[in-house]
Amino acid sequence: MSDVLDSYQLLLKGAWVTVQLTLYGSALALVLALVFGLVGTSRLRAVRALNRVYVEFFRGTATLVLMYWFFYSLPLIGLRFTPMFAAVLALGLNVGAYGAEVVRGSVNAVPRAQYEATVALNFTPLQRMRRVLLPQAVALMLPPFGNLLIELMKGSAVVSLITISDLMFRAKQIQASTGETLWTYVAILVIYFVIAQVLQLAVRLAERRVDRMLGRAPSREASLSTIAAGAPGAEVR
Amino acid sequence: MTVDWDWSYTGDILPDLLKGLRYTIIATLAGYAIAIVLGMVWTLLRRTPFAAVNQAVRWITEFIRSTPLLVQLFFLYNVLPSWGLSLSSLTTGIIGLGLHYSTYTAEVYRAGIADVPRGQWEAATALNLPRSRVWLDVILPQAVRRVIPTLGNYLIAMFKDSPLLLAINVAELLHEAFEVGSKSLMFLEPITLVGLLFVAVSVPSSILVRRLERRYATY
Amino acid sequence: MPPTDTTPDAPSPKKEAAAAVLPRGGAPGIRFEKVVKRFGSNVVLRELDFSVAPGERVTLIGPSGSGKTTILRLLMTLEKLDDGLIWVGDDTLWHMEKGGKRVPANQRHLHEMRKRIGMVFQQFNLFPNMNVLRNLTEGPVRVLGLSRDEAVERARGLLDMVGLADKIDAHPSQLSGGQQQRVAIARALAMEPRVLLLDEVTSALDPELVVGVQDLLRDIARESDLTMLCVTHEMGFAKDISDRVLMFDQGQIVEEGPPDRIFGEPSEQRTRDFLQAVLAS
Repeated sequence: MSDVLDSYQLLLKGAWVTVQLTLYGSALALVLALVFGLVGTSRLRAVRALNRVYVEFFRGTATLVLMYWFFYSLPLIGLRFTPMFAAVLALGLNVGAYGAEVVRGSVNAVPRAQYEATVALNFTPLQRMRRVLLPQAVALMLPPFGNLLIELMKGSAVVSLITISDLMFRAKQIQASTGETLWTYVAILVIYFVIAQVLQLAVRLAERRVDRMLGRAPSREASLSTIAAGAPGAEVR
Repeated sequence: MTVDWDWSYTGDILPDLLKGLRYTIIATLAGYAIAIVLGMVWTLLRRTPFAAVNQAVRWITEFIRSTPLLVQLFFLYNVLPSWGLSLSSLTTGIIGLGLHYSTYTAEVYRAGIADVPRGQWEAATALNLPRSRVWLDVILPQAVRRVIPTLGNYLIAMFKDSPLLLAINVAELLHEAFEVGSKSLMFLEPITLVGLLFVAVSVPSSILVRRLERRYATY
Repeated sequence: MPPTDTTPDAPSPKKEAAAAVLPRGGAPGIRFEKVVKRFGSNVVLRELDFSVAPGERVTLIGPSGSGKTTILRLLMTLEKLDDGLIWVGDDTLWHMEKGGKRVPANQRHLHEMRKRIGMVFQQFNLFPNMNVLRNLTEGPVRVLGLSRDEAVERARGLLDMVGLADKIDAHPSQLSGGQQQRVAIARALAMEPRVLLLDEVTSALDPELVVGVQDLLRDIARESDLTMLCVTHEMGFAKDISDRVLMFDQGQIVEEGPPDRIFGEPSEQRTRDFLQAVLAS
C-alpha cells in the first residue's frame, strides 16, 4: 500500500488530467446542449428535426467507439486530432446529446401559462425565452445536469485507451511498476469518488441558489425523470 | 478530402464483426439480468429498519455509481484472481456491467416507488388494507408502470457501455474491429461499421422504449 | 410553500392613487365580424358578430365551453383566428394591409396591436423567477423601453394603488392568492393597455380573498376609461362593473342587455336556466 502512496505525484497528475477532461468536456457539452436543446423547442418542424438527428445519433453511439473513430479512423482520411481533442470532442458530443434532451424537455415543461403571460406583456420571442422561460427551466435542468456531469467524469476514464495519461492510465503505470494491484485500484477508485462528490456538491449548491430564486423548497432525492436523463431513449418531460 | 472506402475489405471483415456482436449481446443481456435482480436487492436492503445496513448500502451503491465502470472492470479483472477467483474475462465483464448498473436500477426502483403519489398510501391506509396488500395491490403495480421505460433505457445504456469490455480482452464488437484493423492497418472501415452498428441497434430500440413510455404514461 | 393567508384581504385601494396612475383617453372599441374558431373538429365560435364601444365595460357570461374565454384569448393573440375579422379600434388584429390587400398579420403587426391590450389571468401567472418589483418593471423596461427609474416609479404608483406597496421586494410565492392577483393586475396596467381583458380573475381565489380583488377592479373601472371585457361567474360583481352583459351559449350570443335587465328579467329560457344554476351553487 505504501508503494502506491509513494506514487502520489503520478496519481495527482492523473487526477488533474481527469478533472481537465471533465471541465472541457462539460463546457462543450453545455454549449451543445443549450444550442440543440433550444433548437428542439422551435415551432418549425425542420428546425426541430436538427435537434432530433443530433440527439438520437449521439445518444445512440458509444463514447468509446466515437473516440476510437476520431482517433484511429479519421486520420486515415486526413483528419488528425490530438488525443486530448478527440477525447473532449467525443465526450462533449455524447453528453451534449443527453443534455440537449434535458434542455428541450425542461423548457417545454415550463407551464404554458407562463408563456401566455409573456405574450400578454408583449415580449418578443427572444425576451420570452431569455427572461422568463429559460430562467425557470434552469431549475428543472440542474438535477439531471448534475447526473450527466458525473457520467461525463466517469466516461472520461476511457481516454486511457487512446493513450491519454489520465487517472486510469496512471493506475496502470503504477500497477506495473509496483505490482500492487489491489491498492492501486482502491486508491484511484477513491480519488474518482472524491471528484464525483465534489462535483455533486457544486451542483447541489447551484440547485439551492436557483430554488431560492424561484422561492421553492428544494427536493431532496432524485426523481425518476432526473434518473432517466442519463439513459439514451429517455424522453424528458 | 477524399474518402477511400474499401468495399471488398468491408465485406471481408463483416463476419469477424458479427462474431464480436454476439459477445456484445451476450454480455449486455447477462449483465442486465444481474442488474435487474441485484438492484432489487439493494432497494430492499435500503428499506430495512436497520440504520447500519441502510447507510452501508447507501454508500456502497453511491460509490459504485460514481466511479468509472472501466476502473471497476480492471479492478475485478486484476484483483479477483489474486483472491483465488479465476473467472474468464467475459464472466468478469458480465459481473462488472451487472454490478455497476445494479446501482442505477436500484435508484430507478427507489424513485419509482417514491413517485407513487402520497394520496395512494393514504387511501390504502384509510381502507385499512394490510401492509402486504398495500404493496402488492396498490403501490407496486403503479411503480412498475413508471419504471419500465427507464429500465428499458438502461438496457440500451448498458449495450452502449459494453465496448469497455475490450479493455479486459473480451472479444466484443469494438475489440474485434480493432483487431482486424490492426492486422491490415485499415481502421476506417471496421470502426465506422461498429459505430453504425451501435446506432442501428440503439436508435430503433430507444424509439421503441419511447413508444412504451407513452403507452405506460397514460392510464 | 404558498402562505395560507386567512386574514381578510387588503384594504380597498386608494382612489387618488388610482386616478394618478391610470392613463386616460384613446380607448379603442372592439368589433368581431363573423369570427370562427375551431379546436380540431369542435367549432367553438361560429360566425360570431358583436361589438364593444370605446370605454365600454362588457361582461361575458354563460356555461363553460360556451366560448367566452376563447374570445378573450383571441383578443390577446393566445389563440389563432380561423376565420372572420377582429377589429381593435381602426385596425384589424389578425390581419394587416399589404399592397391594398388584407393579409394575415406578421409578428410585427401583432406586436404593435398587443400594445393596446392587457390581460389578467385566472391563475395570475406571475413570473416566479422575479420578485414583485421586477414582475412590474420587466415589461415596461424591455418592451416599452422605459428607463429603469421611470419603470420603478410607475411600479411604485401601481403597487400603492393595489395596496401592496410593502410587498415590493417580496417573491410571488410569499404572497396569498389575492395579493398575487392584485400584483398581476398592476403588472397588466403597467404596460398602459387601452383594453383590459379579465379572465375569471377571482375563480382561483379562496372565498375570503375575492372581495379585495373585486373592490380593486371596481375602483379601476370607476377611475379609468379603459375598454374592459370580463369573463366571470360572480354575478354581483358583473352587475357592478359592466355596462352591458352578453349571455353566451355554444359560441353564440343568446341575449344581451344592461345588467339590471339580464339579471332581473332575462327573456331567454337558457339565460334563466344558467342564472338559476349559478345562483344555486
